[in-house]
Amino acid sequence: MSTYRIHGATGEWEVVIGLEVHAQVTSKAKLFSGASTEFGAEPNAQVSLVDAAMPGMLPVPNRECIRQAVRTGLAIEAQINKWSRFDRKNYFYADLPQGYQISQLYHPLVGEGALTIEADEKAGIPEDKTIGIERIHVEQDAGKLMHDQHPTMSYVDLNRSGVALMEIVSRPDMRSPAEAGAYVRKLRSILRYVGSCDGNMEEGSMRADVNVSVRKPGDEFGTRTETKNVNSVRFVMATIEHEARRQVEVLEDGGTIVQETRLFDPGTGTTRSMRSKEDAHDYRYFPDPDLLPLELDDAFVAECRASLPELPDAKRRRYIEALGLSDYNAAVLTAEVETARWFEALLSETAAAQGKSEAEVAKQAANWLISEFFGALNKGGHSLADSPVSHEQAAELLALIGKGTISGSIAKQVLERMLETGDSAGAIVEREGLKQESDSGAIEAAIDKVLADNADKVADYKAGKEALFGFFVGQTMKAMQGKANPQVVNELLKQKLG
Amino acid sequence: MTQLTDLGVKAIRDGVAAGEFSAREVAEAFNANVAAAKDLNAFIVATPEKALEAAAKVDADRAAGEPLASMAGVPIGMKDLFATKGVQTTAASHILDHFIPEYESAVSQKLWDAGAGMLGKLNMDQFAMGSSNETSFYGNVISPWRRKDGGNAPLAPGGSSGGSSTAVSARLCPAATGTDTGGSIRQPAAFTGICGIKPTYGRCSRWGIVAFASSLDQAGPMARSVEDCAIMLGAMAGFDPKDSTSLDMPVPDWAGALNADLRGKRVGIPREYRMDGMDAEIAASWDQGVAWLKDAGAEVVDISLPHTKYALPAYYIVAPAEASSNLARYDGVRYGLREMPERANLQEMYAATRAAGFGDEVKRRILIGTYVLSAGFYDAYYTQAMKVRTLIQRDFAAAFERCDVILAPTAPSAAFALGEKSDDPIAMYLNDVFAVPASLAGLPAMSVPAGLNSEGLPLGLQIIGKTFDEQGVLDAGLAIEQRAGFAARPERWW
Repeated sequence: MSTYRIHGATGEWEVVIGLEVHAQVTSKAKLFSGASTEFGAEPNAQVSLVDAAMPGMLPVPNRECIRQAVRTGLAIEAQINKWSRFDRKNYFYADLPQGYQISQLYHPLVGEGALTIEADEKAGIPEDKTIGIERIHVEQDAGKLMHDQHPTMSYVDLNRSGVALMEIVSRPDMRSPAEAGAYVRKLRSILRYVGSCDGNMEEGSMRADVNVSVRKPGDEFGTRTETKNVNSVRFVMATIEHEARRQVEVLEDGGTIVQETRLFDPGTGTTRSMRSKEDAHDYRYFPDPDLLPLELDDAFVAECRASLPELPDAKRRRYIEALGLSDYNAAVLTAEVETARWFEALLSETAAAQGKSEAEVAKQAANWLISEFFGALNKGGHSLADSPVSHEQAAELLALIGKGTISGSIAKQVLERMLETGDSAGAIVEREGLKQESDSGAIEAAIDKVLADNADKVADYKAGKEALFGFFVGQTMKAMQGKANPQVVNELLKQKLG
Repeated sequence: MTQLTDLGVKAIRDGVAAGEFSAREVAEAFNANVAAAKDLNAFIVATPEKALEAAAKVDADRAAGEPLASMAGVPIGMKDLFATKGVQTTAASHILDHFIPEYESAVSQKLWDAGAGMLGKLNMDQFAMGSSNETSFYGNVISPWRRKDGGNAPLAPGGSSGGSSTAVSARLCPAATGTDTGGSIRQPAAFTGICGIKPTYGRCSRWGIVAFASSLDQAGPMARSVEDCAIMLGAMAGFDPKDSTSLDMPVPDWAGALNADLRGKRVGIPREYRMDGMDAEIAASWDQGVAWLKDAGAEVVDISLPHTKYALPAYYIVAPAEASSNLARYDGVRYGLREMPERANLQEMYAATRAAGFGDEVKRRILIGTYVLSAGFYDAYYTQAMKVRTLIQRDFAAAFERCDVILAPTAPSAAFALGEKSDDPIAMYLNDVFAVPASLAGLPAMSVPAGLNSEGLPLGLQIIGKTFDEQGVLDAGLAIEQRAGFAARPERWW
């Protein structure tokens, strides 16, 4: 149970949140035309006759878009409706050439499903929570108006017009900004695992309509507002915080909440009214007579199911149970599909390089990836996607550590050099003479010199100041330029100091 | 020798193939008739050069010994609802002023591929909405027919394919395309003494045809004989992946299989079509049709289509509903007319453009359609109409258990005078009462001339067939045609 509350003058208020996430389907072509969907093209370079709504043009459903939506539905364990239908949502706007959006109101492609957000004590999510998903339907995106191209006119770019969207509608199951944020992140993660949406919120591939209402705990749902087109997790959370507080203020001042559409202003972190229910469009939905009902057969759905990768929840469980990773490491490594993919490649290379099983090297690989590699990458302004070090190269480095060829601290240096040069770990170690010294003769000589130079401290140690042992180790390592095998140093020192 | 312009599709095609005359001579003859018939206002745009160009290709192919396709050398008229690449396409509406498509409709392309040439774009009711051709922005088409009363009142050619019916009837072209949403091929064919068939919904691709009501719109041929219709329909039909509602099935050789021997066939006579106050001459013509089909060997059975009386109201909900949405794209933003009053914002530009661009009948239907889809009215109107549509489909399915084709009048009257019904939309809509049920059920249906009434005006008989059974419709049509021996033609006054 979320403990998130707005503390008003009349007591505590609970926030009720539902999200409609619009996710652009990953597909080369638009939902009903063959035009390209690539981001960033010149305005109106990717517009077919259908997208421009020329007279007599007809929509033809793109099988790949339907397939991706079905795969997404299966990934949230939703009911797949083998019979669905497209409806027209009618309204006039300059970015909507047909004068209607083809969507699915009455019979969506995907029915009831759910996803689970993980417990996060710090964020006020005490335990895992399942968020219901009411439906997923597919629909066309609109074009884009450009208001900065001409002093008195607006221009229209139809590149996005007709691009396939999935609208993923949650149940009003969330009770705090943190839960909503976790839901969006989890949904984004699943979409990216499935490959049905790139989840790129900056480019608008994913955006959310945020429905918020407040109530006294235990009361019926209050009247909700819908804030449109919020395009980052942070803004979703900010929208909820602001909107909940605003609603509480209105209600406590004796007002009522108007069911309306609002806009979020990222500049001020506030929302403002766009249009009220009275001004709301009457969309005059009706079945699109240009399209036949969409009928899926069992083989198609089976193919969609078979094509699904291992999903984040299952992967996380496997990392914990089969690979023995900590809950934390498993969560970090599975949150993003790219991270999991990198980790698994590293794991397989590392196991091969060390002649061990994956389970035997999993902890080493996971710890190194999370505590060493991410930080080092970050420092150089890199991410996994553009890492100058490949997983093969990383596996070689881990093997050098595993075999005792280099120490952990030398490995940090080697990694830095690898990131700078792109060279292999072995080559760097060789070239820069970083190989760990395990030859007891050389180490012994160094120890003898350290002990001789610090006779007073040796006396103190022998008199019982055992903490000085670390000092001798440090001095020896320094003398050996860090290359001495620490185990050998320890053993020899113990012998010599008796 | 008969005049070339008296020849139909088959005669022209065969004559060209046999070298009796060239395709060029045919095109020139029809171009001359088109040019001389401005009074009829059948064409919005004449394209004599297109007709000549296609003819030249056919003549060259013939000279080179190339095989000639099914419409080779036949110049035709193209209803202005079909997008024609490089040639203005307006749906007879002001709102599509100067609209020149960069694409060719699937059906017209098939016709050009079959060797036909284009004489021009035919006038029609605006956006195919009308039954008299009086809603055209380009003025009404005048029927070549006149009553034998010496009054010379200009008559309606029917609608919406009124330019097509007039042009074919007046020998401005041997055949023309039409489209039929609720009778727009059959009723004008009946009014002008020609044949016209609306095939099964989905036979002809709708790609590139300006949409009126998508679930009803269907293209078809209009010509002066059943066989010509069969030949031309064969050239127009076929699966098109660009139209999701297109039928993915082979196109039969209708013309090759024509057979007027109806022995073993049953013809259904729907009792609900015999309405109170039916025009006696229409009733007599219907009875005559029954006799002809019996004579052709068919067995006649009484059938019932109990929901017939709900068809017209349902049609005038479904068709305007779809139209209100289909016509939303004419907004002044991308093509066609744009009315931009001083300092107008977007909404004001929409309003001004659509107010100036659409005619009254189009506006009426957009308003009806918008109303019946509105929140609070949707279930009472649209949902109810769709239920009626299902019931009508079931009526036909049940009737076709008992018969192979259905015979009925095409229209409740002969051609009326221009202006006679234009102030009374309901009276105008009632003209489609016999045509609309087959449209709602998506069935193939055709009109063939049955004779002249006492005023000397043509009357048509309608044959409605089972889904996909254009052959049965054409065969029954041929049996009537052979027995009716309809040879009347409008006396030239234009």
